[in-house]
Amino acid sequence: MAYTADKPALSESSEELRRRIPGWGVDVDPRDRPSVPRERLDPSGTGAHWDFPERQDEVRPRERSIEHELLPPVFGTSCPPKGVSGWMRRLSYRRFSEGRAAHWLILMAADRVDSSGSHLRSFLTLRPDNPITETGVRSELSRRGWASRVGRKRADVVHQPLDAVIVFGPWLVAGRLAYAGARRVRARAGRRR
Amino acid sequence: MRAMVYRGPYKVRVEEKDVPSIEHPNDAIVRVTLAAICGSDLHLYHGMIPDTRVGHTFGHEFIGVVEEVGPSVRSLKPGDRVMVPFNIFCGSCFFCARGLYSNCHNVNPNATAIGGIYGYSHTCGGYDGGQAEYVRVPFADVGPSVIPEWMDDEDAVLLTDAVPTGYFGAQLGDIAEGDVVVVFGAGPVGLFAAKSAWLMGAGRVIVVDHLEYRLEVARTFAHAETCNFTEYDDIVVHMKRITDHLGADVAIDAVGAEADGNLLQHLAGAKFKLQGGSPVALNWAIDAVRKGGTVSVVGAYGPIFSAVKFGDALNKGLTLRMNQCPVKRQWPRLFEHVRNGYLKPSDIVTHRIPLDDIAEGYYMFSAKLDDCVKPLVVPNGQ
Repeated sequence: MAYTADKPALSESSEELRRRIPGWGVDVDPRDRPSVPRERLDPSGTGAHWDFPERQDEVRPRERSIEHELLPPVFGTSCPPKGVSGWMRRLSYRRFSEGRAAHWLILMAADRVDSSGSHLRSFLTLRPDNPITETGVRSELSRRGWASRVGRKRADVVHQPLDAVIVFGPWLVAGRLAYAGARRVRARAGRRR
Repeated sequence: MRAMVYRGPYKVRVEEKDVPSIEHPNDAIVRVTLAAICGSDLHLYHGMIPDTRVGHTFGHEFIGVVEEVGPSVRSLKPGDRVMVPFNIFCGSCFFCARGLYSNCHNVNPNATAIGGIYGYSHTCGGYDGGQAEYVRVPFADVGPSVIPEWMDDEDAVLLTDAVPTGYFGAQLGDIAEGDVVVVFGAGPVGLFAAKSAWLMGAGRVIVVDHLEYRLEVARTFAHAETCNFTEYDDIVVHMKRITDHLGADVAIDAVGAEADGNLLQHLAGAKFKLQGGSPVALNWAIDAVRKGGTVSVVGAYGPIFSAVKFGDALNKGLTLRMNQCPVKRQWPRLFEHVRNGYLKPSDIVTHRIPLDDIAEGYYMFSAKLDDCVKPLVVPNGQ
């Protein structure tokens, strides 16, 4: 117990644990653990055959944290910034360090602008966004949605309905606003006649 | 090529994209033969990680066959069957030279606080991931390894993140023989952390979660005692009761940003993104560990602030240890453990999903349907 000096006895001895659990204790010596010590200077053991890597071509201007002294030699080129969200991202990288909440909050806001704009643009393509197929909600039927939740005392069942609100809520609000706008335009046109 | 593509929070689909090309002399292009969805992919999927752009391909757990190599690549050739650690790292910067591969300074322009990770937003470098038919692998002489002939594909793909991260979590706990270890989270990383705690000589391993089917896996696969926190009014008090009111010697947070157990924290972190994640498991770890104990954090959190109980950590004299796992540093020892039969990673695989059904896979894993523990993604599966 905590009020005296002795450590409480375990219900199983080391020998019993070794018999019951395959491999018990094989790494009990910290020297057998690969990340001990945490830092181990061994630059020749990584496979790198350079002191500083060759630089990847910067085909288009690459946004970077102002905490970097220079553009790192290798970087991802997955989705270059574009449109309004791209302007926000560049602003965030140019103006705020990683230590500032504004940096991350602007990036999060840019993410929402990016996804909203991409949804709207998708309706001008041959493959518009489809909330049924892209959310994978059909798994509710094919992967035992009901049986996976009911009677299982899961803590997440309380808030899972909010996911649907997060996904469909903005569309319902946008639809409602579009409908109200259209009605107003029609009413104004009617008054002119 | 076909690739999973992010379309906004909770929405993904498969699109045709260009096959990646060599952009740096030490790049390789790998044809993906098997990938996985990681619990941390769900943070991206739910829109929690800043700078996750529409069009990005996720996936940091994958294996494949080398299709093409850049002119400076020496250690790989087309046709090699390779496993690729989730970290992208140069092998030569200040941090890589010291073994901190997950903290590489030469691969991520977007942030200095984290290295590069495949398919994990632009905050982690803007690299497309492996839930696709092909992927660009930078620093081919440093990151990937040829898969040993005796190792099967499903074990290999889990060795690219889940197994080493769990093992690393146990290492960060500095477990001594006979220690009481509590692991929060019975997902893949928590299960491997529990299993690894035994390898390091733990005297008791207790796994906490709210999903009974995963706790069953913790009992059978990881030989652990289990606690379903929904059955207790206060899980911290229960932890104290079952540890003679001392608390555990080591607590491991293997949950991260979407922890349940406190509705307000979960809503603020996971749903409304008002903090870098829901730190419920981390706070429980801080409160459930004994004074002078160690808290190891391998659950992933976003970069903004979270409501963590640092006062308790200070007053209890805790050691807090955390990092993204430097995967390749773990491999030689973990390969031995797999070969000796101490670890059988593929035992926790529950689902194999064709790439074309990736949206259903994400939904199932996110909503924890069909007793899903670990879903794999098969690029050319039916």
